[in-house]
Amino acid sequence: MFTSTPTAVLIPATLFRERNCTNESTPPRSLSTLHFRIFHAFLQCLLRSRDFQIGSPDRFIITDSSIHYIAQENNGVEAVSKVLLPYPENQAKNLAFLLVTITEGKGKTKTSSDRLPVDVIHPEGMPSLTWYAVSLPKELSKGGSLTLEVKAVFTHLLTPFPEKITQADAQLVAFQDSAHYLSPYAVKVQSLTVKLPEPKVESYTKLENTKFSGSEIKYGPYENIPPFSLPTIIVHFANNKPFSVAQELVREIEVSHWGNVQVTENYNLIHAGAELKGEFSRLDYEERPHVRGASALRSLVARLPARAHSIYYRDEIGNISTSNVYSDSVKTLLEIEPRYPMFGGWRTAFTIGYGLPLQDFLFKSEGKRFLDITFGCPMNDMVIENIYVKVVLPEGSKDISVVAPFPSKETREAKLSHLDIAGRPVVVLEKKNVVPEHNQNFQVYYRFSSLSLLREPLMLVFGFLLFFVACIAYVHADLTISKSSSSYIAKLQWDEVQTAIQQFQNIMNRVLVIHNKLDASLRDLSRTGDVQACKAARKTADAFLKELTKELKPLLSFLQSSPQALHIVAKVEELVVKEKELQEKVMLKHSMVVDSYEKKSGGKDIDNRIAAVQQKITLLRQEVDDLLEVIDEI
Amino acid sequence: MAAQETSQSATFRHAFGNVLSFAVLLLIGVMAFSIRLFSVIKYESVIHEFDPYFNYRVTQFLTKSGVYDFWNWFDDRTWYPLGRVIGGTVYPGLTLTAGTLWWILNSINIPLSVETVCVFTAPVFSAFASWATYLLTKEIKGAGAGLTAAALLAMVPSYISRSVAGSYDNEAVAIFALIFTFYLYIKTLNTGSLFYATLNAIAYFYMVCSWGGYTFIINLIPMHVLLCIVTGRYSPRLYIAYAPLVVLGTLLAALVPVVGFNAVMTSEHFASFLVFIIIHVVALVYYIKGILTPQMFKVAVTLVVSVGMVLCVAVLAVLIALVASSPTKGWSGRSLSLLDPTYASKYIPIIASVSEHQPPTWPSYFMDINVLAFLVPAGIIACFLPLSDASSFAVLYIVTSVYFSGVMVRLMLVLAPAACIMSGIALSEAFDVFTRSIKFHLVGTTQNPQDNAGDATKVTQNDVKSEKSEDTVKERSSRKSKKDKENIEKPSLVSRVEKRLLVLPLETSVMAVFLLVLLGAFYVVHCVWAAAEAYSAPSIVLTSRSHDGLHVFDDFREAYAWLSHNTEVDDKVASWWDYGYQTTAMANRTVIVDNNTWNNTHIATVGTAMSSPEKAAWDIFNSLDVKYVLVVFGGLVGYPSDDINKFLWMVRIGGGVFPHIKEPDYLRDGQYRIDSQATPTMLNSLMYKLSYFRFVETDGRGYDRVRNTEIGKKHFKLTHFEEVFTTHHWMVRIYKLKSPRNRIRGKTKRSKSSLQKSGTSPSSKRSTRKRNPWQ
Repeated sequence: MFTSTPTAVLIPATLFRERNCTNESTPPRSLSTLHFRIFHAFLQCLLRSRDFQIGSPDRFIITDSSIHYIAQENNGVEAVSKVLLPYPENQAKNLAFLLVTITEGKGKTKTSSDRLPVDVIHPEGMPSLTWYAVSLPKELSKGGSLTLEVKAVFTHLLTPFPEKITQADAQLVAFQDSAHYLSPYAVKVQSLTVKLPEPKVESYTKLENTKFSGSEIKYGPYENIPPFSLPTIIVHFANNKPFSVAQELVREIEVSHWGNVQVTENYNLIHAGAELKGEFSRLDYEERPHVRGASALRSLVARLPARAHSIYYRDEIGNISTSNVYSDSVKTLLEIEPRYPMFGGWRTAFTIGYGLPLQDFLFKSEGKRFLDITFGCPMNDMVIENIYVKVVLPEGSKDISVVAPFPSKETREAKLSHLDIAGRPVVVLEKKNVVPEHNQNFQVYYRFSSLSLLREPLMLVFGFLLFFVACIAYVHADLTISKSSSSYIAKLQWDEVQTAIQQFQNIMNRVLVIHNKLDASLRDLSRTGDVQACKAARKTADAFLKELTKELKPLLSFLQSSPQALHIVAKVEELVVKEKELQEKVMLKHSMVVDSYEKKSGGKDIDNRIAAVQQKITLLRQEVDDLLEVIDEI
Repeated sequence: MAAQETSQSATFRHAFGNVLSFAVLLLIGVMAFSIRLFSVIKYESVIHEFDPYFNYRVTQFLTKSGVYDFWNWFDDRTWYPLGRVIGGTVYPGLTLTAGTLWWILNSINIPLSVETVCVFTAPVFSAFASWATYLLTKEIKGAGAGLTAAALLAMVPSYISRSVAGSYDNEAVAIFALIFTFYLYIKTLNTGSLFYATLNAIAYFYMVCSWGGYTFIINLIPMHVLLCIVTGRYSPRLYIAYAPLVVLGTLLAALVPVVGFNAVMTSEHFASFLVFIIIHVVALVYYIKGILTPQMFKVAVTLVVSVGMVLCVAVLAVLIALVASSPTKGWSGRSLSLLDPTYASKYIPIIASVSEHQPPTWPSYFMDINVLAFLVPAGIIACFLPLSDASSFAVLYIVTSVYFSGVMVRLMLVLAPAACIMSGIALSEAFDVFTRSIKFHLVGTTQNPQDNAGDATKVTQNDVKSEKSEDTVKERSSRKSKKDKENIEKPSLVSRVEKRLLVLPLETSVMAVFLLVLLGAFYVVHCVWAAAEAYSAPSIVLTSRSHDGLHVFDDFREAYAWLSHNTEVDDKVASWWDYGYQTTAMANRTVIVDNNTWNNTHIATVGTAMSSPEKAAWDIFNSLDVKYVLVVFGGLVGYPSDDINKFLWMVRIGGGVFPHIKEPDYLRDGQYRIDSQATPTMLNSLMYKLSYFRFVETDGRGYDRVRNTEIGKKHFKLTHFEEVFTTHHWMVRIYKLKSPRNRIRGKTKRSKSSLQKSGTSPSSKRSTRKRNPWQ
């Protein structure tokens, strides 16, 4: 992003002599909308005549927690393409965010340009300062003027003093800075305002023109300050807001083209304020929470996108039940409480996760898809020392590129998850010192064919198909090792015997069915008296029975010959004999009844005549059934 | 053509029956799994209670470090400063099972966490257990009984109580292993197949890996073998079922580090070897009988008996001498307390102090097995009609398990499968009789004129049904001599004839079926209630319902999370042993004692510290490098299982080793009291002080909601300890030992006050110093 030339050098102040610039003293933009304890500094500078000057700078420093803003406006740079912003080393290493814009107009009419490119440069002979060169969009000609607004956010500038407090003490912090704006240019007029979170101040450095009113300390205005003037000020004040610092945050954003973006955030949190010493008494804490434990971190609020769903909040030992979700059409607010109130120096770790609808975050442009999602964490008032944003793209994504609004270290890895073969490509963005100002959208562009979506279901289908085919193959395959072993042959023979017996049973059952049919024909006869029909039935039955007897013969001979069927043959033969007997009796009965009908004898008479036969039939039938069952059991 | 149709429909019905029973089994598995998910749905997917946390921690170690490190794992996080050899003292079955599951899932890229796998291991294995029950009961009484028993087992509350999702305990897989071992034993007994005998030994090995309850198997099977021999049911099948199991099983069991040489040295295994000898003698006798003529046999018997008796007496004498020489007669304390229920309460308070080692009350039988208790006798009767090898085993199983469940509550778990099998048999037999009667009547009315036609179909139907059940008979008869086969065929024929005669009136049968269904419905309702309400609470997170909604008490995890994030990694935390496993697993801090109560002296040291006055306790704890003391206190919210209620065990166990702790000092009128009637020793004990420190300031009078009384000593200061954390509902309070320099002021103050009072505490101080083994 920062495309300015790397050869920027310190602009000699002598080049910009005798130039008049208008003094635009725009009131500083209030950052109090960022509703937390921050140390803001606004600086307005004006460059005026003679030397390249910064005039009338108003610096506002809003002190709160570990985030610090300094915004400044430079105007009146002449025939230059770069403006230099130096910061002392101790501040520069904690500089999390730097935004420089050109503003025009005053008050409500003020408009801001896009952010200007900023570069770090290392001029010779200035070891204890870090220089940032702001490239202007167009060179500022002689006599021209320009208002720059610089917003710088620092972390870890407030040091708790004393470092350890008891539960009942208020948390005091000290802040150190220069009363004058550190600049390589001469400054015409400047002032500094330090805003405090509470109107309680232990002590502050008193210089000339120092005013303390309400929760503001104002230094200045000072006029005609030469370059590099550094009168130190120290402000020691009460700040009971908890300093929540995530030492590590891992955000995993997993894109599923089935319609979900799953975000998982692992926090490693510490309360970086003054450490608690001595006892923690729950009793005191519950009874007077604002006196005993004023600086404790009770809850955090995460502002999630609208339509976030499946929200969870847990740590490694399970769900944490102290959380609430409020949602409306614009946002979802997740209010979470750590398992215990966090005092200074206490740590905790937890995970929150939520799903987001895919169509809100994934878009298409020029044949590529891109994911457009916020970089920082959704918690408002949290400093993150190390953030790892991992974007997990679906397997098979290609041509991956990242567009982020600020520099970050980018690496790639792969993640194996459900039904993956090659792994899903993961883009890892790593950044140190992240503040809520980094909560800007970044884009990940990639190509992904919609057909790849079907790969995993197809794989499943194919897998199950293979499984079933394997099952079928196993059932039908003969896995015997030795085809000539006696047990294998015995088994084969036994199988044959079994099929034979099954056929035999089949035939027997059919015979019995024919018997039943004959019986039924007799009943029909008694109802209708149609002798001819009955005779016809008898004829067909006879034919069938003959056929079946024929079929029976080879089976019987096979069974008799098979050595495996030795113990069954007896039963089978017995059954055949019994069945023959039964058949004879049934035939006898049938012919007797038909005869009687032909002779037109009375019903009683018939009954009497066949009674004996009937008895025998029942008996035989019983025996046949039993035998069939016995054979069946074999 | 019609004939063909009927035969086709028979085979079709046969196939349909197979598919149906497969589907039913599948549904039973699904039910067994899903009924155990109440805990996940009502609470969360989390490990429950105490022991599961240890198993979870071991599994985590296994998945992280691999199996070799696991065997050699010396855990220095527990039993400080002794440590514990985990690999050699833990039953690894559950851990290895879950570890393997996790490994398989991860290697096919299903990234489940170890915790998830652990949580769902128990439900998965209860599905397996119900399938194993089906197989076992099918071997005993046929497929119908098998399905019924499987359905009953899938939701028996006793088993649910140990296998809800999250209850990651040994029993979860052990019950499956137990039933499956029994199944393979019966299968071997029915088939006489060496293949199944080998599988049986492997299943037994898995059981040995999983649970100390394997001794139940290795005693029950010999008992059954002995029973068979005594009742003249010896057969080669019995030999095949038993001998390989003893040889292979013992060899395999000795491979498990925690068992090792115990597999041949302890008396628990003695019965199996004795029966092993007996079965060989019997086998020899049968063999000789086969090759000799009757006269010769008689001569041989007299010869062998006279010589054999002398030998046997000699061997027995040696054995008895060996066994008698060891003080516990070769039995472990837990086994002894099974044989003599009063043993533990007399000699080992640490076993007696565990609530699940108490004998159960009658209502707990109704709670845990519900209507099965009434069905079991019917099942036993059904097992005698006719009595087979398999059904005699079932009878023996239920009889022994009823006894064991009467000794210890936790062994109710062993009773549950037996009760399910018996009830399954009873229900299935009853349904068989009733439906047959109904069918007979219905067929009789509609098809009366066609006398035999209906009968034929009925016969085929019966065949279909019985065919499955007689599968085994089929296989068996194929391999047996003719004599055996006829023996079996005859009784089955007889029973069939008998069955036919058993026809009840239609109304009675319909009514009875209706009542049975009602009974089953009652059982189902009870089981679902038990699963949802009684046994699903994870016990680390508590809920209570009040008029303003659900209230969650998550204090335990609050405290453990605090410990894990805000103390040094090497800090030692002292607490009563109940919380040891949880502290190591959730807070990852070193503990002094934990739920593996292997060192009585160490536990007694902590008990002594808890029951000593502050100074003496500080000395003990300081000598153990303890930095934090954790107590569980339920007095504010009315949580009954807190440390004050467990205090009697601390005194008793502490007093058992260190005699200067005398139980009567803590008792007033034979009771532990903490109200104004309490003894001064009690009110000065560390446990009292840590529990009630500044408690009076909550409501002004110090009303304890568990004991329902005002506490005795209300205002006091701690001299040697300082409060560092108390959870939201005061359920867990953590104190830090003051460093010696800082407590000087308190010490001098205290010595003054103790001079004013009496000389009791200095004396106890001195004796503690002597008694404390860590100085």
